[in-house]
Amino acid sequence: MSTAVRIQKLTMVQAITDAMATMMREHDDVLVLGEDVGKNGGVFRATDGLQAEFGEQRVIDTPLAESGIIGTSIGLAMNGFRPIAEMQFLGFIYPAFNQIMTHASRIRSRTLGHFTVPMVIRAPFGAGVRAPEIHSDSVEALFTHMPGIKVVVPSNAYDAKGLLIASIEDPDPVLFLEPMRCYRSHKLEVPEEKYKVEIGKGARLQEGEDISLIAWGAMMDVVKKAAKEIEEAEGITCDVLDLLTLYPLDRNLITESVQKTGRAVIVHEAPGTGGVGNDVVSLINDTSFLHLRAPIKRVTGHDTPVPMFAIEDHYLPDAERVKQAITDTVRF
Amino acid sequence: MEAQFPMKQILNEDGVVVNSEFENEMTESLTKELYIKMLRARMFDRKGVNLQRQGRIGTYVPFEGQEAAQVGSSLVLKEGDWMFPTYRDHAATLTYGHSARNLFLYWKGYPIGCVPPEGKNIFPPAVPIASQLLHATGTAWAEKMKGTDRCSIVYFGDGATSEGDFHEGLNFASVFNAPVIFFNQNNGFAISVPMEKQMKTKTIAQKAVAYDIPGVRIDGNDIFVVYFETKKAMEHARSGNGPTLIEAVTYRYGAHTTADDPSKYRDQKEAKRRRETTDPLLRLERYMANQGYFDEAWKTQVEEEITKEIEQAVEDMEAFGPAEITDMFTHVFHTPTWSIQEQFDSFQSRMKEEV
Repeated sequence: MSTAVRIQKLTMVQAITDAMATMMREHDDVLVLGEDVGKNGGVFRATDGLQAEFGEQRVIDTPLAESGIIGTSIGLAMNGFRPIAEMQFLGFIYPAFNQIMTHASRIRSRTLGHFTVPMVIRAPFGAGVRAPEIHSDSVEALFTHMPGIKVVVPSNAYDAKGLLIASIEDPDPVLFLEPMRCYRSHKLEVPEEKYKVEIGKGARLQEGEDISLIAWGAMMDVVKKAAKEIEEAEGITCDVLDLLTLYPLDRNLITESVQKTGRAVIVHEAPGTGGVGNDVVSLINDTSFLHLRAPIKRVTGHDTPVPMFAIEDHYLPDAERVKQAITDTVRF
Repeated sequence: MEAQFPMKQILNEDGVVVNSEFENEMTESLTKELYIKMLRARMFDRKGVNLQRQGRIGTYVPFEGQEAAQVGSSLVLKEGDWMFPTYRDHAATLTYGHSARNLFLYWKGYPIGCVPPEGKNIFPPAVPIASQLLHATGTAWAEKMKGTDRCSIVYFGDGATSEGDFHEGLNFASVFNAPVIFFNQNNGFAISVPMEKQMKTKTIAQKAVAYDIPGVRIDGNDIFVVYFETKKAMEHARSGNGPTLIEAVTYRYGAHTTADDPSKYRDQKEAKRRRETTDPLLRLERYMANQGYFDEAWKTQVEEEITKEIEQAVEDMEAFGPAEITDMFTHVFHTPTWSIQEQFDSFQSRMKEEV
């Protein structure tokens, strides 16, 4: 009997589709709903083919109303279903903020566990894809600050499938953020079978000794490029961490890495003020202050709205800014 | 438009039957049940106001005047149906089977007050206005997909119809043909803002037209019309015909909350006049008297029984002991995250030190 794992080469967006299909085949209570997710297969094709396979009852084109999508999904989730609600872009989630903040994230708490909301909210996000205004927002920190919801961000196909499956199986609401820049940037080997990437666990993408580079989502490619170039140019080796989950943070991974290197640069494209990077700084302060050999640096988006795309490259952190932060820190 | 949505009535203010459509079903036993449930709600409500005045609970939200709307509509629910109240709907939740003790505990600030009795699908009071319409639609849609004949009822006020979630809720329910009763209690005021400043339409029922669902306008102080029209809407929903919007026209005699002073924004003489003329309990008493089966001795006996029940609930509330502090930490997630667990542990060790 063969136990070989069947492997397929997938882009991240294909892996996301594959995760939903895998779970929908296994569980009748898993539903997909959102704007254009049915016949059209989603504006990024993330739900491509799902309606054909699972029917209009389970892959549902909803009216164009984000609060309505999340509010009804809460009702579905409280009453026996596991909805995967798609926000067409994270920048469109604001009308649903009230539903997420005052209901989805606190129904378990309010009712002492009597009612629960096992729901996943999927949302493409981030700048750098020449999208129109508002489509490029990176507002993960609005949700990591919200008690009662987990926030995850894969940066590649393998993690995307495993993390989405773990999110669908999670008994609580999960915001699953999909960096648009990573949708089709790489193909990776992805098992055809079901597997999970545990929520709350980050990944070390590269071992290094001199500095910890901590990032997530679309910034991983930027960070990896910077790490490669700085090693070639200056022989500085970087411990590269992809956090994958922004709430709850993987404290052990961050701590272990920073205590080894004694230095850290945190990179995110969201504005620096109030960003998740600050939580990472606090965590390092709590666990590893006396191991530090230099102040922690952050490389972030500016405290400005994401600009229109003709100038968005000047908003986003790039490898040059990251390399500068690395050298500043190492030479401190 | 107003003419297309006339206010339906079965009993007029004098307790005289003006519409005999349901007369065969208006039995003495049903009438007495409706009366007892309304009286129970009123006595609960007055106790709530008193407990607040005495400092035994926190801010309380009274509903006096709206008993017929809430009792009549909630009494037609069946086991397993879903109820989504606001913070002014404890007559509805009490009638559907919520525990009076827990309702008082809610107003005492106890988390357990949000927990319905086992088997009762009663959501905690929705605080963000109109947000609950979508949950009612979602749970009803789920029942439809499961193939049951259960439905949802959701309560909301006149002010809620200005919120986006009102329209999204009606639209989703309409599009997906979800078995929901959208039960509006139009009591004329959203805190201080009167209906005519809230909307240009003269009725709320007419808003159903936009969603191509039935809209019914009823006298919310006439418990018979509330009971029978909600029942009709429920049967419509249960047999797969989708949602109904019901506008029950009513009035709150008291303040918005015990922290509110209505004399600042409305004529209290009008409140007094309405209490004397349109009160839902008086109206039913008049009807019962006309039928020859209302007597004060019976009422006194009913009152005594209700008093006993409510005093017991108050006693249970006060005997409950301190609120469980650990509830704050233990139900945020199925399994606490490390940060919550650490905060919990550190909280517990501080508590131990204090002992």
